[in-house]
Amino acid sequence: MSAQVSTALRDPDGGSGHTRADDPGDNLVEMRGVSFRRGEMMIFDGLDMNIRRGQVTAIMGPSGTGKTTLLRLLTGQLRPDAGTVRVGDYDVPTLGLNRLYDLRRQMGMLFQNGALLTDYNVFDNVAFPLREHTRLPERLIRHIVLTKLHAVGLRGAAWLYPAELSGGMNRRVALARAIVMDPDILIYDEPFVGLDPISMGVIVRLIRRLNDALGLTSIVVSHDIHELEVVADESFLLAEGRVVAHGPHRELMAQDSALVRQFMHGEADGPVPYHFPAPDYATDLLNTPGRR
Amino acid sequence: MGLLGELGATLASFLRTLGSMAIFLGRLIAYTPAGLMRFRLVVHQVHNTGALSLVIIMLSGFFVGMVLALQGFDLLARFNSENVLGGATALALIKELGPVITALLFAGRAGTALASEIGLMKATDQLSAMEMMAVDPMRRVVLPRFLGGIIAMPLLVAVFTAIGIFGAWTIGVALMGVDPGVFWSQMQSLVSMDDVREGIFKSVVFGVTASLVAVYEGYTAWPTAEGVGRATTRTVVITAVAVLILDYMITAALL
Repeated sequence: MSAQVSTALRDPDGGSGHTRADDPGDNLVEMRGVSFRRGEMMIFDGLDMNIRRGQVTAIMGPSGTGKTTLLRLLTGQLRPDAGTVRVGDYDVPTLGLNRLYDLRRQMGMLFQNGALLTDYNVFDNVAFPLREHTRLPERLIRHIVLTKLHAVGLRGAAWLYPAELSGGMNRRVALARAIVMDPDILIYDEPFVGLDPISMGVIVRLIRRLNDALGLTSIVVSHDIHELEVVADESFLLAEGRVVAHGPHRELMAQDSALVRQFMHGEADGPVPYHFPAPDYATDLLNTPGRR
Repeated sequence: MGLLGELGATLASFLRTLGSMAIFLGRLIAYTPAGLMRFRLVVHQVHNTGALSLVIIMLSGFFVGMVLALQGFDLLARFNSENVLGGATALALIKELGPVITALLFAGRAGTALASEIGLMKATDQLSAMEMMAVDPMRRVVLPRFLGGIIAMPLLVAVFTAIGIFGAWTIGVALMGVDPGVFWSQMQSLVSMDDVREGIFKSVVFGVTASLVAVYEGYTAWPTAEGVGRATTRTVVITAVAVLILDYMITAALL
């Protein structure tokens, strides 16, 4: 990893985010006036967001509010129609492929399904970024990989294939792979989906422990309120194409806004409708089959 | 939309796909020098697409050679020309049947495997994960498979043709009683180096075509089960049609 670029993203204190939360100038990610449209649907309309260095930041919102799209904008997989997205010194939408890959070498991402390479075993999956980006000898690669697998409790599963792992183990291997290059930012896309309570507890503890021990900045996209309450320093709630609330999780839980209350307390009635926009129910039922 | 409009839309869609495929090929060619530096990945794909197709290629080659000899013997016997059986079957196999049938079999065995493998990697976010690890899937996944296919095809054609000639020998000499000396000497006198060069040229062109279609269809597949299935089917259909059209064009140009 390039030392020059690395210093641009790394927390200078190299420690827990808790100590830096009160420094307003220390934003690692800044999004200003971001608009993004997919076809006719406006996903973001003038979205502003700051993510502080060294913290665990949660991004929440009802399904379909664009949480994953936001991550794709942050990582340069998508470009906004308007607005700026800055990560450290990088103006993400303007980056060419080589500079974008420079930035991504400093990021680790945990995909919702793990996205492990199915033809490789656990060891080779974790070793993959090292073999692609470094010329380290195999002995050293083995040492690093086993260290990372030990950190997620799966050193004993090094020679298993992804198809032989449970969902939780799959995600822990993906986490080991995401941290193998010692990134500065770790991004989690729905890390708690479909996990049993034990696996969920393990992942929650890992997110917090890795963030503090490695001096990372973690961004967790999820709608699991209770898990985020344990792990997040700051939370953003997305709805209607913008940030509708942000702050420490407890403050969000206590907010009076109908939309925030509905989401944070899981209420069925509120500004977020249960039904996707549709024509009148009775008319729809009586309509000729095959016609809209 | 009238018939003319639908025809226009189909033509526009065809041209769009062709243009997009040409750009895709351009990117692959630009990456090729760097891709050859990691030749281990290419060799692995030559094994996947070539070595693993050997059984079907050899079996098909043997039976194609045998049926060619049977039909050829029956036809030539009407003109008392059974002696040219060796040369005639060799020419047909080297110039036409070897490259064409191998390309069709390659599309069915290796092309579908390539398209579905890449399509599934896309559908399960493996390609996105690579991008997030700053690894370009075009260079790491697509290019080695493309180059592996191009290298494997002429080798498979050579095997198909050799086994086909052996099949023709089995029928012509061992079964129908054509003199073995005449069988081989006719082949030697009838087949020129130009014929062999034509066969090699076709096998390389078909190798590029079949590999390109397979990796393009896989890479651009919709990331769903249906999308991957459709990409696999399209790989076989497009390769088959393209190979037959190209075969005619090359043959017409070289005659």
